[in-house]
Amino acid sequence: MTASAFLNAWGVNVTLAGRLVLNDVSLALSSGHLVALVGPNGAGKTTLLRALAGLVPSEGVIEVGGDALSSLALRERARRFAYLPQGHVVHWPLAARDIVALGRYPHGATDPARLTPKDAEAVLRAMQATDVVEFSERRVTELSGGERSRVALARVLAVEAPVILADEPTASLDPRHQFDVMKSLRASADKGVLVIAVTHDLGLAARFADTVLVFSDGRLVSQGAPAEALSETTMGEVFRISAYRAEYQCEAVIVPWAEI
Amino acid sequence: MSVQNVMVTADIAARRRSGVLAGLLILVVLLALISLGIGPVRLSPVAVIDALFGGGSDVQQVIVREIRLPRTILGFAIGAILGLSGAALQGLLRNPLASPSLFGAPQSAAFGAVLVIALGLADVRSYALPVAAIAMAFASVFVLLTIAGRNAGLLILILAGLAISSLAGAATALVMNLSSNPFVVLEIAFWLLGSLEDRSFRHVVLALPFIVTGAIVLLSQRNAFRALSLGEETAQSLGVDVGRLRLLVITGVALGVGGAVAVTGTIGFIGLVAPHLMRPLIGHDPTRLLVPSAFTGAALLLSADIAVRIIPSTTDIKVGVLTSIIGVPFFLYLIMRERRALGGGVA
Repeated sequence: MTASAFLNAWGVNVTLAGRLVLNDVSLALSSGHLVALVGPNGAGKTTLLRALAGLVPSEGVIEVGGDALSSLALRERARRFAYLPQGHVVHWPLAARDIVALGRYPHGATDPARLTPKDAEAVLRAMQATDVVEFSERRVTELSGGERSRVALARVLAVEAPVILADEPTASLDPRHQFDVMKSLRASADKGVLVIAVTHDLGLAARFADTVLVFSDGRLVSQGAPAEALSETTMGEVFRISAYRAEYQCEAVIVPWAEI
Repeated sequence: MSVQNVMVTADIAARRRSGVLAGLLILVVLLALISLGIGPVRLSPVAVIDALFGGGSDVQQVIVREIRLPRTILGFAIGAILGLSGAALQGLLRNPLASPSLFGAPQSAAFGAVLVIALGLADVRSYALPVAAIAMAFASVFVLLTIAGRNAGLLILILAGLAISSLAGAATALVMNLSSNPFVVLEIAFWLLGSLEDRSFRHVVLALPFIVTGAIVLLSQRNAFRALSLGEETAQSLGVDVGRLRLLVITGVALGVGGAVAVTGTIGFIGLVAPHLMRPLIGHDPTRLLVPSAFTGAALLLSADIAVRIIPSTTDIKVGVLTSIIGVPFFLYLIMRERRALGGGVA
C-alpha cells in the first residue's frame, strides 16, 4: 500500500446470490495509470468495477481520493467514477450530443439543451477526443457499432472524473476501432486519470496498460507490469494457455498461442 | 466545430420544441372553449369567454360556470395526468408500450373504488373513494414492477400487466356479483365505463389535489428519465438513485390515476397514445416528452368528451368507451410496429 495511491481497497468481498464473487481483494492504484483487469469469464472483473463504482454492495473498505466510498453521496461518487458499461446500451434514439452531455449529469447539468459554457466545453472536448463531433446531431441508433462505442466513450470522458472504469471497452470492435478506444483511454491516463479497463484481449492489455491485475475465482492472483503479471506460470495456471512472448518498440508482446 | 456551433444546433431544436408546446397550448385552450360551449344549449366560444368572466345572461353564466366548467376542468386535468403518467412510465421502463392502462392501474383503482362503494363505506362524493383507488393503483403498479424485475423485457411487462388487469377485472366482477342491491350494481357498471358527465365542483375538489400532487411528483423526477436511457446501472453511476426514482414514479402514477378513476371511472389508453403522438414532433428524449404528452393527453380527453356529446345516439356514449375503441386499435398498430422486438423477446 503506497501513500500516493488514489484508489485503495482493503479486503473487499462481494456476495451475489449467495456466491462469493469477490474474495478478499486488496489493491492500491495511482492516478495516471492505465490498469487492465484480466481473467477468465466469471473471475469477478466486472463485479470489481461495479463494487468500485458503488453499484453493488460490498464488504471491506474502498477509499477514493482519501475518502471512504461509503461516506460519499451518490452524486459525489458519480463525479469521481466515470463508468462505461459493457454493450453501450441506449434505449431511445437520442442525438449523440445528448448522450455525451449526460456525462455532465453528475455536475448538475441535467438538460443538454441548456449547458453552461463550462459543461459545453467539456462535452466538446470529449467529442473531439473520440472524434465524434461530425455526427453529434445523428441519432445513436443510426450509428455503426464502432461509432456508437466512441460516443459511449465520449460520454465517459465528458464526466472528467479522476477515475474511469471501463468494462470491455473494445469488445466486438474491429482492430482499428480497438486501437482508437485504447488510445483514447491511454491519453486520459497520460493526463493523470486512473483508467481501469476490463479486457479479454491480453495483447491489448500488454500493449497499452501500465499495470495488469489478473483475477481468478474472485481473487486477485497476480499484479504488476504486463510482462511480469502475465508470466508464463500465471498464464498457465489462470488461463490454461501458453503464449508467444516478445518485446517490440519497448512494449511487451503477448500472443496467446496454445492450450495446455 | 466550436462550442458555439454545438450550442446553436441545440438551440434550434429547443426553439422547435417551444413552438410545438405553444401550438399544443392553443389547441387545448380552443378545445376547452368548445367543451364549455357544447351541450343541450350551444354557445359560441365568444359567448363562453363572456360568461366565464361574468358577462352574458344569468342562465349562460350558470351553464358555463357551474354546469360545464367542472367537466372541462376534469377533462383537462385527467387527460393531462394520464398523458404524463404514460410518458413517465415509458421513460422509467424505457419501453414505448408502457402505460397505466396496459399495466392494470386504472382497473385496479376502479376495483378499490368499487369495493368501497359496495361495502357502503362511502358514497361517490367522499374522500374514501380516491384514497381506496390510489391505494389499489399503487399496489398494482408496485406488484407489476416487482414481478417484472430490474431489466424487464416487453413481453414480461405486457403479460404481467394483462394478468393484473384481469385480476382487477375479476375482483370487480366478484364485488358486483356479491352485491345484493341491483341498483348499486347498475350504478357501478355505468360508472366503470368512464364518463365526465354531470360532474360538479365537488368532484373537482375530490380529484384535483391528488392529480396535482401526482403531476408534481412525476415532473420533479423529469431529468432522471433521460439518464435512464442508458440503462439503470449507468443511470445509477451518473448519480440517479434508481430505487427511489421507481418508488416516486409509482407513487406519482398511482396518485394521478387513482384520483382520476375515483371521479370518472376508467378512461384508458390516453397514457399510451399521447407520448407516441409527440415523438415525431419532439423526438425520443423521455424528459422532453413529459410536458407535451400531458398537453396531448388533455387535448385527447377534451376532444373525446366533445365527441361523445356530438355523436348522435339514442343513449349517451361514455367517454371511457370511446377512448378504448380508438385506443385499442392504436395499441394493435404499435404491437405490429414493435413486432420485431416482441418476437425476439428483448427490448
